[in-house]
Amino acid sequence: MGFLSATLSMSRYHIQNRFENEPMEQVRNGLIKNAIPKLESEYEEISAGWTPFESPYLPDFEKFSFVFGTYFLFSLRIDKKSIPAKLVQKQMAIEIEKKKEKSGRDLVSKNEISEIKEMVMDVLMHKMPSIPNVYDVLWDYEAADLFLLTTQKAANEFFETIFVKSFTLKPIRIFPYTLVETKSAFSDPQKDRIMTLTPLHHSR
Amino acid sequence: MLDIATAYNKYGFLGNDFVTWLWFLIETDQNITRMIAYKDPVTLEIGNSLVLENTLGDKSKEKITIKGDRAGLEEGTTALKKGAKVTEINLVCKLGQEEEYTFTIKGESFNITGLKTPAAGKDGSADEMEGMVLEKALLLFRITQVIDTLFLQYLEQRISNDWKDNGLQQMRKWIHND
Repeated sequence: MGFLSATLSMSRYHIQNRFENEPMEQVRNGLIKNAIPKLESEYEEISAGWTPFESPYLPDFEKFSFVFGTYFLFSLRIDKKSIPAKLVQKQMAIEIEKKKEKSGRDLVSKNEISEIKEMVMDVLMHKMPSIPNVYDVLWDYEAADLFLLTTQKAANEFFETIFVKSFTLKPIRIFPYTLVETKSAFSDPQKDRIMTLTPLHHSR
Repeated sequence: MLDIATAYNKYGFLGNDFVTWLWFLIETDQNITRMIAYKDPVTLEIGNSLVLENTLGDKSKEKITIKGDRAGLEEGTTALKKGAKVTEINLVCKLGQEEEYTFTIKGESFNITGLKTPAAGKDGSADEMEGMVLEKALLLFRITQVIDTLFLQYLEQRISNDWKDNGLQQMRKWIHND
C-alpha cells in the first residue's frame, strides 16, 4: 500500500467547489460509478478507475470503506497492456513469411505489411494481460486538499479526467502560482505584486 | 485565475527561486521556527542531492547535479554565481525533537518525491488500519503545511519594500562570499 509505505512521492491538488449536500454519499456514488471494472477488457489497451485502498485488485466499495476519520482514502488503478516491441517484431516476421509462402511472391507490399501489423497487434493485445498500477488518493474534503501519490504525468492526467467525471469537482494542481491563488491570505494588491515578479539574478 | 498551463510555465521560476532561498536559509543558519511561527522547533538541512540549472546564451540548459550524503556544495555555489538556479533540493526537516522528514522538492512543480515521514504505528490488525491512516495523513499534511508556510513567507519577503536592499543583498553576499 503506497500510502503507508516508508517512502512515497506525491503531487498535490486543491479541490475547487464543494458538493451541495451529503458529500460522503456523493463521493461513494462517484467511486462506485467509476470503479475499475472487475473483469478485464480483452481489447482495451488502457482502462482506469477507482478501487478501495484496502482492496486494489477487487474493487468492491460495498465491502471496503473509503472513509478514514475525516479523510477519504481510495486508489486510482490504471491497467495497461503493453506489448514488447521485440514480440511484435517476431510475430511480424512470422506472418510476413506465411504471406510470402501463400502468395508465392518474394515481396510483400506496404499495404499488406500494414494489414499484417494490424492483425498482429490485435492478436497480441487480445492475449496480453494488463499490468495494473495503483496510485493512492488522500482527500481532506473539508480543507479541499488532496494528495495523489504519484508524480507521473500520465497518471496525473488520468486522475484529473476521472476525478471530474466522477465528482464534477475540479482538481487544481498545486504549484507555485496555484498555491498563491488557493492557499494564501495575500490581498489582491499583494497578489498583483507577486504576479509582476521576475526571476532573481544572483550573478554580478 | 490564469489558465493553469500558462501559469505553470510563467511562474515556475518562483518555485526555483524559493528552493534556492531555502538553501540560503540553511547555509546562513536562519531561525526557521521564528520565521514561520511554528509551535515546535523547526530545523532544515540539505539532504543528499541538489540540482541546479542554468540557461545558456543559446537557450540550451546546463544541469548541475550534486549527489552524496556528505557531498561538498561548492560547485553549486559556483553555479549560482554564474546565474544557475536550484531546481530541486533534497531536504531533511525536523519538527520538534522527534519528527524527521526527508524529501526532494522540485521548485517548478512542487512535486515531492522520496518522502520519508516518521513511522506511523503498525501492528497489522484491521482495527489499527484506521489509526495508521490517520497518523500518516497527519504527518503528510504537517510537512506540506511547513513547506507552504515557508513559500508564502518567502513571497512576503520578495514583495516587501526592503527586499532589494536587504533580502536580496544578503543572498548575494552569501553566494559571492562577501
